[in-house]
Formats: sequence, structure tokens, C-alpha cells
Amino acid sequence: MRFHFKTTYDQDIRLFPDWWTFGLYAALLAVMLILPWLIDGFFLGEVTNVLIWAVAGLGLMLLTGQTGQVSLGHSAFMALGCYLCVILMEAGVPFVAAFVLCGILTGVLGAIIALPALRLHGVYLAIATLALAILADDLIVILTPWTGGVAGKFTPEMTILGFEINRWANPASWYYLVLIVAVLVALIYRNLLRSPLGRAFAAIRDSEISAQAMGVDVAHTKAVAFGLSCAFTGLGGALMGLYAGAFNNETFNFLLAIQLLMMIVIGGLGFIHGAFLGAIVIAFLPQALSILSDQFGRAMSIPGLEMGVFGMILIAFIILEPMGLYGRWMKIRIWLELFPFARRDMFRRQKSYLKTERLR
Amino acid sequence: MSLLELKNVTLKFGGVTAVNELSLSVEEGQVFALVGPNGAGKSTVFNMISRFYTPVTGSIVFDGRDLLTLKPHEVPQLGIARTFQNIELFDRATVLQNLLVGRHRLRKTTLVEEMFFVGRARAQERAHRHAVEEVIDFLDLQPYRNQMIAGLPYGVRKVVELARALSTRPRLLLLDEPASGLSVEETQDMRWWIDDIRRQMGITVLMVEHDMGLVSNVCDRVLALDGGRKLAEGTPAEVQSHPAVIEAYLGTAAVSKTANATGGRV
Ligand SMILES: Nc1ncnc2c1ncn2[C@@H]1O[C@H](COP(=O)(O)OP(=O)(O)OP(=O)(O)O)[C@@H](O)[C@H]1O
Ligand SMILES: [Mg+2]
Repeated sequence: MRFHFKTTYDQDIRLFPDWWTFGLYAALLAVMLILPWLIDGFFLGEVTNVLIWAVAGLGLMLLTGQTGQVSLGHSAFMALGCYLCVILMEAGVPFVAAFVLCGILTGVLGAIIALPALRLHGVYLAIATLALAILADDLIVILTPWTGGVAGKFTPEMTILGFEINRWANPASWYYLVLIVAVLVALIYRNLLRSPLGRAFAAIRDSEISAQAMGVDVAHTKAVAFGLSCAFTGLGGALMGLYAGAFNNETFNFLLAIQLLMMIVIGGLGFIHGAFLGAIVIAFLPQALSILSDQFGRAMSIPGLEMGVFGMILIAFIILEPMGLYGRWMKIRIWLELFPFARRDMFRRQKSYLKTERLR
Repeated sequence: MSLLELKNVTLKFGGVTAVNELSLSVEEGQVFALVGPNGAGKSTVFNMISRFYTPVTGSIVFDGRDLLTLKPHEVPQLGIARTFQNIELFDRATVLQNLLVGRHRLRKTTLVEEMFFVGRARAQERAHRHAVEEVIDFLDLQPYRNQMIAGLPYGVRKVVELARALSTRPRLLLLDEPASGLSVEETQDMRWWIDDIRRQMGITVLMVEHDMGLVSNVCDRVLALDGGRKLAEGTPAEVQSHPAVIEAYLGTAAVSKTANATGGRV
């Protein structure tokens, strides 16, 4: 096991606590960078897909995992990001500028939409956002002149400084694009966590009352959280639509938002790693199921099976491991580090104390 | 001029008048105690100062500023910090992170600086950490620095809440039952800390407390409430021997004593 002998505050402030951790993530990044030479185009496409889900998931994680606000409407913001990006590109804006701009615009619009919704708590917020997701579908059809409606839109030609990003001709180009976005979004997320704003998010999640007593403007901070969350999810949505090649009103239906929420719960609420682990599950589940149905034949190919299995996994996690895959991994790691001194009840929480509802 | 002044403050919850025509003034540098039986309206007074509740009539003035024009999150900006009767910590964060939230009111960075951790972000984090470490040293919280609140014992949580309030660098500290549920030793520590908070840090303290021993040891001035009304005000000895106070406590003293001993009514 490693001991941290801390000598400066910077050891807690910088991105990686020690050289060992830094080395680990550097090695991971190095592997990711040479991945196109290690695996074939099909699997590279799958990894690209995982990273796209992770980007969208990080957005929802910031809102739900960090700030404690549930949203079942994030498919609407994925759609918004995607349509904005393509509309901007069709208007002649270069891809990189259109992409960044669609993130910013989705964030700003998200924060504005959020202002009234964030007065709601818990289930009511979930229902309001779900309504938004269902509404988005109709809105896209109503706005056919801009969105292409049911006929949908196709991915315009994407170039970065004259270099073409094409899924079919050059899968690695897409992979690198998505990898860069995922790393940047994760980095921004991590930076927020070590800043006052990130701590204010956690404060709101755990006790709005005392957050206010510490000077946190709850309404404003929630709107900022919603805005940032929508911005990231919008980027994820733009990547998802562009990667698919064609998309219409049904691409971003509300099931996508529910899947996104399930994904971050399974991965581990409140952890950056959770978004990536959840994305792996969601991206590879269909493959795993199709392998199974090949094995067991017809009996396994029931419509809606994927969502069903996914839902069951979710319920299992909520009951057995509320901290998600990442929580499980941390426990295994601590157990290994302490071996053979780990105790069975080490991870059991202290009895929590009664909280008053009087102030609500 | 008093630091904090309440004039004829009345607050009603539906039919219940929780605070009735209450006036009180806390001088700079004082340790002022609010005492009274359960349901007397003590916490409600705190919640009005924190602006969670708005009185129907009356005024609350802090250092010449009308508090009633402010929103709850603007109150700490004036230098008012508080603890809660039913500990309200950020459970899924570490002790250190909880205290750092206390520094939120001193945040100078913009969103973009924080997103990319550029500009003032790093220097600000160092400064916050330095300030918080001073509080950790003062309250002997070193062993718990990186522990999650969710796993801490009750007594430690009480201290963390005090530490978080001190991290905001307040001028006025509101403590709602700082010693309830604490052991005898922990109550002793609390007594010395409150003394030091006043003497060394020059912070004015307004506290609610049932433990009359603690109150007579640390407080300059005591106000007894019952049914939202002022019963008596003066030095701890004066208030304790006041006939109206004795009468109000006669029926409830035994009850509140057992509750305190078991820490059941927290
Ligand atoms: N949010 C609320 N809604 C309705 N009534 C309330 C509310 N908060 C407090 N009360 C009532 O106001 C009265 C005063 O309550 P308060 O919490 O201020 O008492 P207290 O003096 O702090 O008592 P304790 O010693 O039990 O903490 C009580 O009768 C209580 O039931
Ligand atoms: Mg009370």
C-alpha cells in the first residue's frame, strides 16, 4: 500500500496526487493513443462509441452525480447540440468552430430552460425534464425547415485544417477526434471539482439549506450546473449524430435520456470514472446480448430485451452496490492494498443521523 | 451601536406564533445565549437571522444593515455564520471539502478560470487551504481531514460544523445547541473553544443552549424565551434565579435533562 506523506498543499490541489497515479494515467493515455494500431477498425469504432457515450454521460454526471439534480430530459440537449452543430456547419462555419459553438449555445439555452425547472425537486424535476425530452421530438418535426423533420439530416463533410474526418475512409480520424473531446471534457470536469464551483455543486447535493448558509446562491449555482451539464451533453449529442451519419427526430428520443441516466448510475454516481465505466457497459451490452442470442437461438431475441436487461442490471446495482462499478472497483482496490488486513464491515457506513425536514 | 439588533419581531406558522414581539440586541464581542424550553422559538430566531424565515413584523439589523432586504445566501457575505441544531453537513464530501465550502463567500475566480484552472484559480486554492488549515489546527481536526462526513461519529460532526462556520471568517457566529449530545469531555472542549473564539478571534457569539452549566461558564448575557416571548434577560445568574424562568422550567426541566443526557432530541 502507498502512503502519502504530504508536504505541500499543492499535493491536494494538483491533478494527480503522486507520480504513481500520474504514471498510471499517462500509460492509459499512451495506450489510447496507439490503439488504432492495436485493434481493427470495427473495434476502434466500438471504442469511439464508448467515448461518445462517456462525453454525454459526463454532462449528466455533473448534474445528477455532482449537483444531485435528476434529469430525464438530456436527450433533448443531445438533439439540440447535434442540430445546432450541423446547422452551423451547413451555414459554412468550420467544423471545430461549429462544434465549440454548439456546446456553448446548448449550455446557455440549457441554463435558461433550467431556471424555472430547477425550482422543482426530486421526482417533480424528473417529470418536468422528461416532458421536455418528449416535447423535443415534436419540436424537431415542427421546425422541419431547419431540422429536416422526419426526413432528417446527414452529416456534412467534416474537416479540421483541411484534414478530413471520415468514419468509413479513416476510422482512426474519428477515434482521435472523440478521444480529444473526451479528455478535454474530463479535464474540465476535474478542474471544476477542485474549484469552489465544484464544491458548491456537492454542497447543494447534500444540503441546500447549509449551502445557503455558507453563501452559495442555490438558484444561480443550479442553473450554472445545468448549463455546463447541457453543454457537455450537447457535445456528446453532436458527436453521436455526426458519427451516425444521419439522424432525425427519432434519433434522440427520450429513451436515450433514460439510458444515459441508467448508465451513470451503473457506472457510479459522482465519479468521472463512473461515466466511462457506464459507457462501456451501455456500448457493449448489445454485443454481449447478440452473442448470447446466437448461443441460445430464438428464445433470446425478444424485442426490448436490451432495455429490459439493462433495467435489471440497474436495479441490481441500486440494491447491491449503490456506488456503481467504480465504487465496487475502489473497494476491491482497497481490499488488495490492505491485504490481508481488510475487515468485512469496513465499508459499512455509520448510522446516519436524523435530518430535519422542518426548514423545507 | 449593537452588532445585531432585533426589534419587535413576530413570526407565525399558520396559527402558531413561534416568536412573539421579541426584541434583543447583541453587542460586539459578547457571548449571548438564548435559553428556553423545547419549542420556545429559539431556532426560529436563528432561522430568521439566516433569512430562511421572514418575520411578519419587526426589524432585524446587523451592523447597520437591514437583514430583511437580503436573501439567505447574502447573509454570510456580511460575516454571519451558523451551525444547525440537526447537523447539516455535506455528507458525501470530506471534512476538508466541507470546510472549503465555508470559504465559498470569498470566491474570486470566474467560471472560465475554474474550468481551465488558470489565472487566479491555483493561488486561490492555496489561500483557501491555508485558511482552512488554521481552523483545523484550532479545533484539532487533523486526524479527520480527509475522512468522509458519512463515516464520522456524532461528536466529531458537531466540531466539523463549528469549523465550517469558522472557515467563513465570520464576525457573528450563531451556534444552535453546540453541546447537545456531546459527552462531558467534549462539552468541556466546546467551552474552551467558545472562549477562544471570542477572545482570540474577536468573534461575537449568539448561541442556543440547554446546558446551563455551559451557559453560565461562557456567556455574558442570557435571554430566556418561552412560547416565543421574552421571559427575562440579564447575566446568567440573574436569569437563572428569575421567578418566571424557574416557573417555565419547572415542568420541563426533568424532561429536557433526560433528553440531553441521552442525546435523543438532537
Ligand atoms: N417550519 C415550521 N413549520 C411549522 N411550525 C414550526 C416550524 N418550525 C418551528 N415550528 C414551531 O415553532 C415553535 C418554535 O420552534 P423552534 O424550533 O424555534 O423551537 P426551539 O426553541 O428551537 O426548540 P428546541 O429546543 O426543541 O430546539 C414550535 O412550536 C415549533 O413546532
Ligand atoms: Mg431548536
